[in-house]
Amino acid sequence: MKLRDLTELAGRNLREALLRNSLTTLGIAVGVASLVAMTSLGVGLQEMASSRLAKSGLFDAVFVVSQANQRRFGGPRRDDNAPKGPSRRLDETARQDLAKLPNVTEVYPEMRFQTEIQYDGKPYGTTAAGIAQSAQADGAFDNMKGSFFSSANASEAILQVELAKDLSKDPDSLIGKDVILRYAEKQPIPSEPSSAPRAVSGATPGANGAASSTKDANEFGPSGGGDGGDGLSAGFSIVPREMTLHVIGIVETEPAAGFGGLGRGRLLIPMETAQKLRASQPGDMRELLRGVTGKPVYETLTVRVKSPTVVKSVEDSIRAMGFGTFSIIDATKNIQLFFQVFDSLLFIFGSLALTVACLGIINTLAMAILERRREIGVLKALGAQDSDVRKLFFAEAGVMGIVGGIFGVFFGWLIGRALTFGTNVYLTRQQLPTIDLSRVPWWMVLAAIAISFVVSLAAGIYPASRAAQLNPVEALRYE
Amino acid sequence: MSVTTGNSADFAIRTDHVSRQYQMGEALVRAVDDVSISVSAGEFVALLGSSGSGKSTLLNLLAGLDRPTSGAIYAHDKNLAEMDSRQLAHHRSHTVGMVFQAFNLLPRMTLEENVELPLRLAEVDRAERPARVRKAVEHVKLSARLSHRPSELSGGEQQRASLARALVNRPTILLADEPTGNLDSVTGDTIMRLLQEINQSLRMTIVMVTHDRPRAEKFAQRIILMGDGKLISDGVGVTV
Repeated sequence: MKLRDLTELAGRNLREALLRNSLTTLGIAVGVASLVAMTSLGVGLQEMASSRLAKSGLFDAVFVVSQANQRRFGGPRRDDNAPKGPSRRLDETARQDLAKLPNVTEVYPEMRFQTEIQYDGKPYGTTAAGIAQSAQADGAFDNMKGSFFSSANASEAILQVELAKDLSKDPDSLIGKDVILRYAEKQPIPSEPSSAPRAVSGATPGANGAASSTKDANEFGPSGGGDGGDGLSAGFSIVPREMTLHVIGIVETEPAAGFGGLGRGRLLIPMETAQKLRASQPGDMRELLRGVTGKPVYETLTVRVKSPTVVKSVEDSIRAMGFGTFSIIDATKNIQLFFQVFDSLLFIFGSLALTVACLGIINTLAMAILERRREIGVLKALGAQDSDVRKLFFAEAGVMGIVGGIFGVFFGWLIGRALTFGTNVYLTRQQLPTIDLSRVPWWMVLAAIAISFVVSLAAGIYPASRAAQLNPVEALRYE
Repeated sequence: MSVTTGNSADFAIRTDHVSRQYQMGEALVRAVDDVSISVSAGEFVALLGSSGSGKSTLLNLLAGLDRPTSGAIYAHDKNLAEMDSRQLAHHRSHTVGMVFQAFNLLPRMTLEENVELPLRLAEVDRAERPARVRKAVEHVKLSARLSHRPSELSGGEQQRASLARALVNRPTILLADEPTGNLDSVTGDTIMRLLQEINQSLRMTIVMVTHDRPRAEKFAQRIILMGDGKLISDGVGVTV
């Protein structure tokens, strides 16, 4: 029998026992819905985690440290992360060399320092962090209030929400206001011709620290001569300074908190602005002991690459230059493994309902054989082959499977939406950002319908074989 | 499977020492016991016998619905006993048409759909089907009842519909199992006249099982008498 005729006859047979077949199809739909709801939950959570991690800016980043600082990252040094070339200082020259590497999009230092801000005449201690312009794409800024920095060297600040709450009972009102940033500026002391001992002096130029700055920022910067060349400086002075910053936004969390171990920055300022401040950083004392050159030496540099797939090759290149590296690509593999196991468990639990639905199909078709015994005999008397009868029952099981699958996907999606809605109601009440808990991608829609179809056919094997093997003479005698 | 031929070109159907036995508990039932008959092409034969004589079992064997325990059955020279299930299905679809005492129309289908069913099974082109259905239904004079379901037809109409269904695939042999058994005498005669007309106008071979001797004598060209599974007599006007 041709497929079209087979389908028409199967459809007619299914309509004949509408209630029973509808209930069986509903059973399949419930099974598929359970499967889809569980799997969509797993996929949704996985995508949410992956998206959050990807937006954290950590996955397309390589963190570079000088060989001398590498032990800071905990435990014994791993051979594959150890520098392969001669040890180098992580200074501006190194930064420019790193920026020239293939697939590198940006190289910036980790700028993070203790500071004090004044607002409404009151001081508040906090940590300031320099933020690269590329961080705008990070997830942390997705739901920010206000706007991102207008330029890399703007005198603007974005407040982390906890700091904003400390400053004002109405944090949103801070946007558009000014705060005063008080910080410790590092000023190099030129070396004496004689080998005078190096010193760290805490100069006290008074409250008006900005006016006491005697050197231009660029003089100490990458192109600046400082004490000239790579020659050693005698040390540096610490000078208190102030700067007025215009608050332009409030953000929930700081993106890419980094590996500096200083905790999260709560006052975010543009990267170039942060660099120009020459603020004293925790590693300065160690650099002093290793010999100050007058050029900035960085604790760590963050190297952003074009995509997470090139992280490994860039890491290799950087280690060949004599630096230590760290990336969390390896961590993502463990996360993927976790979600694969998690998804598998959800799939197994979801499949239980589908297994029960299969028994429903077997029962329905077995009943249909009893009821339609005589009809099967007539079909065979009229020339139906065993395979035609088998195919007819398969087609009925398949139609129930497909229809059940389609409705099941819809119900599963609905359950996922309901879960997301319920969760978001709770999160909103807790004043937390909403999330998309479940995801039903196209591949899942197609896979669920295909699984429903195949499982229904499998459930139809036994009844279809029984129907096909019926003796036509006995079937025709059946009342 | 290759099927042997029986050197009987003039016979539409022929059995050669055919037997069909059943095991019922410890008893062996010889439903058909060493029966050899021949039916010529275009002949109208009545298989006559009382209940349990084996006539319906023999008809089922001729239809290819059942297999003989021993012996051979030739339909147009092809031995049904050697056919596999697929070939038997083809025989039932293309060589024979069947009419049952209980009509056996599918109740959820209209008359038109019931008549079309053998065409679906024989994979006849869809475009060709309506004309063939119409022609078969016209032959049994039921054109006005095409959209009716069996429950909306009288017994006689149902049997005529069953006849149309048997004819639609243009078989060469028509096998009728007690076609008037569920009908009153007037309607039964109408069906018998229809069978006679089909036999004469289409030159179709008809083997009809009946226990109604007067009707068999009136309409059939030849009567084969069976009793206890055995062939008792084969000829016209035989006294039982």
